[in-house]
Amino acid sequence: MLETTVERGTVIGGTRRPPRRALRLPTRTLRRLVSPLLILLLWQAASWTGLVSPQTLASPLRILSTATDLTRDGTLPENLLVSLARAGIGLAIAVVAGTGLALAAGLSRFGEEAIDAPMQMLRTLPALALVPLFILWFGIGELPKVALVALGSTIPIYLNLFKGIRSIDPKLLEMGRTLGLSRIQTVRQIVLPGALPDLLTGLRFSVGISWLMLVVAEQVNANSGIGHMMTDAEDFLRTDIILVGLLVYALLGLLSDQMVRTLERILLAWQPVRARGPR
Amino acid sequence: MSYERRLEPLIRVEGLSRRYGAATVLDRLDLTIGHGEFLALLGRSGSGKTTLLRILAGLDRVEEGKVSVPRNAAVVFQESRLLPWKRVWENVALGLPGPDAHDRAMAALEEVGLGHRTHVWPLTLSGGEAQRVGIARALVRQPEFLMLDEPFASLDALTRLRMQAMVGELWRKHRCAVLLVTHDVDEALLLGDRAVVLEQGRIGMELQISLVRPRRQDDPDFVSTRRALLAALDVHDAV
Ligand SMILES: Nc1ncnc2c1ncn2[C@@H]1O[C@H](COP(=O)(O)OP(=O)(O)OP(=O)(O)O)[C@@H](O)[C@H]1O
Ligand SMILES: [Mg+2]
Repeated sequence: MLETTVERGTVIGGTRRPPRRALRLPTRTLRRLVSPLLILLLWQAASWTGLVSPQTLASPLRILSTATDLTRDGTLPENLLVSLARAGIGLAIAVVAGTGLALAAGLSRFGEEAIDAPMQMLRTLPALALVPLFILWFGIGELPKVALVALGSTIPIYLNLFKGIRSIDPKLLEMGRTLGLSRIQTVRQIVLPGALPDLLTGLRFSVGISWLMLVVAEQVNANSGIGHMMTDAEDFLRTDIILVGLLVYALLGLLSDQMVRTLERILLAWQPVRARGPR
Repeated sequence: MSYERRLEPLIRVEGLSRRYGAATVLDRLDLTIGHGEFLALLGRSGSGKTTLLRILAGLDRVEEGKVSVPRNAAVVFQESRLLPWKRVWENVALGLPGPDAHDRAMAALEEVGLGHRTHVWPLTLSGGEAQRVGIARALVRQPEFLMLDEPFASLDALTRLRMQAMVGELWRKHRCAVLLVTHDVDEALLLGDRAVVLEQGRIGMELQISLVRPRRQDDPDFVSTRRALLAALDVHDAV
């Protein structure tokens, strides 16, 4: 009885499973690709047969050639660079501000009293509703766009890091006390590393929000950037250019999310794999 | 216990009381522990063993009474309380001053038989291994006074036996005063110089354990001492 159990366990765990999984993975990925490809084909066919006019929706092939043209004549790279700079600078400001505010609020009572209430109020405010005010205040240059990105993405960083600092296991803090750690040592060795997973979660939200902010800011008023490229195309019924813009946004979102995940994998190497967020 | 030890105990608790609301957990408790003495503290669940240990460790303030504990004291908790984001050796070296922190941590880990696991993440350790890291982290500071709060409670019987032998060995080498909180009468008899039982907030009974070391559970003297301790416990329990 005991022997059979052990033997069965060995066979399942040791020999049979890994090869099966190794075989299954690629086929599964392939199977998942079938329906998107089918949709693309149908879409292309609908455009060829004239069922869908280019003014409504450009065909996949048309989008591809437009993307190549826009890249060749420099329109796409230039606008992409402008957009990237806005998002990057805004996000950088958000990381610095959000981290700083959360540290101040998380590590001292006074800081919490001064900072947390306004931040909690700000969080209930939809940042996009600030667009008109920001244009009035900052005009139509780079400032309102960067400010909007920065404001929107500061909040998730602040909220998550603050929560992370406050939810450090008190047993670990107690352990630090019995080891005679100083306050600075406690913060550096226990509080900050313990809150890092929450900071990274906040960063992931922030990255998503920064693109959202940018899209709106660039479409409402701008004379450069991916959003501007798309609104410009609207005037000439160029759905192909609009779709190229959408594609670029999607790729940017995907890439930046992947970057944060990589960062998590490196910085949180101590976590067992299953404890981290879904891949 | 020798005459000098009685004269100059290392740890001295006098008239210590502790209340949580209406409940009195420690009630004018008196206790001394001598230099290098191994004291086993027994008591029913909820009798205040952890409360006493936390006060001795400086984690809770003294509300009433007097407590004197050497500055150089270390604690091993029931759960190992390792920082999961620091490698095993970094956990042991945590807060150690000086440039030789790494070497000392490695030596301490070697001592508890974990020389081969020094660079792994704590979350990959087994319960017994994590507990041994906790012991290494306490010993690396060369404490005069070591407190252990049911350190082996969550381990399987075999690992527990091995860990008890290891702690006895380490104590023989380091010669620090030890306070071991335990539920396990055999553990107290295997390791302690003296066993005290916490009851209704005070030391309800006390037993000098003068068995020769190393001790064996099948030794007739051990068996009779065990019977005596259990009898005493039962009598007190019935009251
Ligand atoms: N922070 C607290 N607030 C209120 N009551 C407490 C607190 N800490 C402990 N107590 C109470 O004090 C009593 C003693 O608790 P303590 O943890 O010292 O018991 P113990 O002897 O260590 O028990 P165990 O063997 O189960 O670990 C218990 O009745 C417990 O409910
Ligand atoms: Mg306890």
